[in-house]
Amino acid sequence: MSIAYPKPDIPGTTLFDGEQAMKGFALNKMCFSFNDAANRETFLKDEDAYCARFGLTSPQREAIRNRNVLELIAAGGNVYYLAKFAGIFKLDVQDLGAQQTGMTKDEFKAKLVAAGR
Amino acid sequence: MAKIVGVVTTSHVPSIGGAIARHQEQDPYWKPFFDGFIPVREWLKDVKPDVAVVIYNDHGLNFFLDKMPTFAVGAAPAYRNADEGWGIPTVPPFAGDPALSWHLIEGLVRAEFDPTTCQDMLVDHAFTLPMALLWPDQNWPVRTVPVCINTVQHPLPSAARCLKFGRALGRAIDDYDQDLRVLVVGTGGLSHQLDGKRAGHINKEFDQKFMASLLADPDWATRYSIAELVAEVGTQGIELLMWLAARGTLAGPVRALTSTYHIPISNTAGGIMLMAA
Repeated sequence: MSIAYPKPDIPGTTLFDGEQAMKGFALNKMCFSFNDAANRETFLKDEDAYCARFGLTSPQREAIRNRNVLELIAAGGNVYYLAKFAGIFKLDVQDLGAQQTGMTKDEFKAKLVAAGR
Repeated sequence: MAKIVGVVTTSHVPSIGGAIARHQEQDPYWKPFFDGFIPVREWLKDVKPDVAVVIYNDHGLNFFLDKMPTFAVGAAPAYRNADEGWGIPTVPPFAGDPALSWHLIEGLVRAEFDPTTCQDMLVDHAFTLPMALLWPDQNWPVRTVPVCINTVQHPLPSAARCLKFGRALGRAIDDYDQDLRVLVVGTGGLSHQLDGKRAGHINKEFDQKFMASLLADPDWATRYSIAELVAEVGTQGIELLMWLAARGTLAGPVRALTSTYHIPISNTAGGIMLMAA
């Protein structure tokens, strides 16, 4: 379902609006559950069963399997919840930034330092 | 009567918590940001606030998409921090001030703002890290009132709405019939974007204009729509709305007692301001 209202076109940016929130509900709900350490362990023990329990769509399941942030966002993921998924693998927001921009982490960090000059 | 002694605005990125846990405050990477708090802490020792009203945005600890309030005010006797999933240490709990909370809620609703009221509320890094920056021993000398503004799910309240919200909150604090010294804290920003191909976006020029505008012309940012602000400062840079609301609590002209701007802390342009009438 799409919602009829003007959507801003900001390059490289997906605003997490009602449409994304509906699309991503199951995925974000699973990621929200990762606030709890026991749930993080359960996920690691049996990823398939954990994803099935939350009723992920097949693009969401695939994006989780691929550990791919851009795919997760396209499937309705919100970065605040996705960060909790990334945390399971000890990945921080600079790892996520590097992956999304196709840079190494060092290149991504250097780009941030350069923004201050 | 209650009096707002000043407003502190600061970035709240989780990696600040990591730096605190690893005692990296004086590492060259972190020093320019952490040192910005030295004059703020000196000032706090003089003004000795009784209460901190903390305006922040939750990142999926207390609120989920099942129920997502635009504005929420804590009205609990105490607030706890908890595991957010990516492993920064939690901090000790905070005392609340339910009587002040309900007074603020009454004032906000009378001013035609209708916040969600929370008698049971977890506070995330956006609340806890600024508190830990202000009081590094984490032996909190103030009671607290958390005020949360949604930046997770669009539509977000406009800059104009957030400034008005802050002004209504400030009037409600000023009206409180108790002899209290109130510190207002606004947390988030400045420019950054975590998600999408534009991850890593930072806009120094806009941030600096925004910081200057809080002193000279707090209405300046209200000329921008949320989409325009996101285009300028990034999907998470929009947290500058917290700064705007916090600034709004001080009526009339303000001066900056201290101001720090440093790029980068993690993916973020770090900013700190201490403002007082």
